[in-house]
Amino acid sequence: MYPENFRYTKEHEWVNVEGDTGTVGITSHAQEELGDIVYVDLPKVGSTAEKGKTLGSVESVKAVSDIYAPVSGEVVAVNELLATAPEKLNEDPHGLAWLVKIKLSAPAEAQELLSAADYQAYVGAE
Amino acid sequence: MHQTQPALRKTPLHAVHRRMGAKMVDFGGWDMPVQYSGVLDEHHTVRQRVGVFDVSHMGEIEVRGPEALKLVELVTTNAASKLKVGQAQYSALLYEHGGFVDDILVHKVADDHYFICVNASNQDKDYEHIAANNPFDATVENAGPRYAQIAIQGPRALETLQKLTPVDLQPIRYYHFTDGVVSGIPARIARTGYTGEDGFEIYIAPEEAARIWEEILTAGEEFGIKPAGLGARNTLRLESKMALYGHEIGASITPWEADLAWIVKLDKGEFIGREALIRQKEQGVTRKLVGFEMKGRGIGRDGYEVFVDGLPSGWVTSGGPAPTLNKNIGLCYLPATLAEVGRTIHVMVRGQGVEAVTIPTPFYKRAK
Repeated sequence: MYPENFRYTKEHEWVNVEGDTGTVGITSHAQEELGDIVYVDLPKVGSTAEKGKTLGSVESVKAVSDIYAPVSGEVVAVNELLATAPEKLNEDPHGLAWLVKIKLSAPAEAQELLSAADYQAYVGAE
Repeated sequence: MHQTQPALRKTPLHAVHRRMGAKMVDFGGWDMPVQYSGVLDEHHTVRQRVGVFDVSHMGEIEVRGPEALKLVELVTTNAASKLKVGQAQYSALLYEHGGFVDDILVHKVADDHYFICVNASNQDKDYEHIAANNPFDATVENAGPRYAQIAIQGPRALETLQKLTPVDLQPIRYYHFTDGVVSGIPARIARTGYTGEDGFEIYIAPEEAARIWEEILTAGEEFGIKPAGLGARNTLRLESKMALYGHEIGASITPWEADLAWIVKLDKGEFIGREALIRQKEQGVTRKLVGFEMKGRGIGRDGYEVFVDGLPSGWVTSGGPAPTLNKNIGLCYLPATLAEVGRTIHVMVRGQGVEAVTIPTPFYKRAK
């Protein structure tokens, strides 16, 4: 269920590093816990993401949850789809409903994150 | 240091919720289902078909005796004397200073018997408040543990429940009830609810709740019935602008402020809180509850601050998406001088003022 080539945080974000860019999203476990997602607040292209700091937020009918940057760097793209179709985050959180792309300023950071197997074990035990 | 939390209270349907895969939350000390299939799906199911809610956490207080009416009249704001047997009335318990102890539903069972449905987390406080103000020939019973309560709500609610009872449901008018039989056991059947749809709330013995829950789901299957949780209950009641204790109302809020003047009958005679309400009316009500709709991107939520012309002016009592209306709505307190419909306000969403406009309420009203 959790793609092998992604890295994961304990706050339930994922990052898929390709070259010098990381695509960031939230995990299937996160969307399931949140329930129906109705609003996604993302940073602007050109803003700076800092690992562990708030990147944006995701809102379900009931509540607001912060998204934390899994890696540092410059935000080079945001997923415009989510402005009009936030429910895609419930349907395809590891694919179509990615949140932002970050040009990595410290590529080694991603290696410190959880592997798919470790994340699976972590949410299984949660 | 390890602190032990007090154990969460459970309704008679708790095991059923767990087994059916509901997502559970701590709601005022009760372990309750917040959602089954999803808040949006459950919300639409209630508006379009029929949903069933476990509301057994709600409290029941019974007042009996020759002077039962005198006691009910003393502790509530609405005119209980106007009730006929088999009629229910939305009302409030107030403190002397005019703030809410709770909002309640008073049912007249007989001339000497009133059945009061109260909020779950307030039931002990309500009971003590009523018992402490009872100089009459009347008894007060905290009867919560004797009742399970199940709400069947939506346009197909009547057809669903009708299959389980010999009582002819159609003639029961809104805010009326009858004592009858559901699935072979005694039940109080009230045409009331907290969703803005047609529907019923039944009060039954807790031992029978699980069986009756299953029978309701089976009876409603052909209409597309689904179990619904507190998440949908909240979005449904907010669209219909029904107050929630701890949000729109509380000890520091009066009925004038909460737009609930219609449940206050000053001319009915003495009741607790009356003096304070008269005084506030003379002096002028300084804040009012108003509805708003978000214009900018963002959702105003419970507790967020509200600004008018750049000045902090109030707070959001309840806010969120309105699934039926497909917009983001809320209720907020504003200074009475600023509380008219059509005013541009700003709701502070994570440090940013997001534009909203005050609009008429209720946000949603079902077609008759």
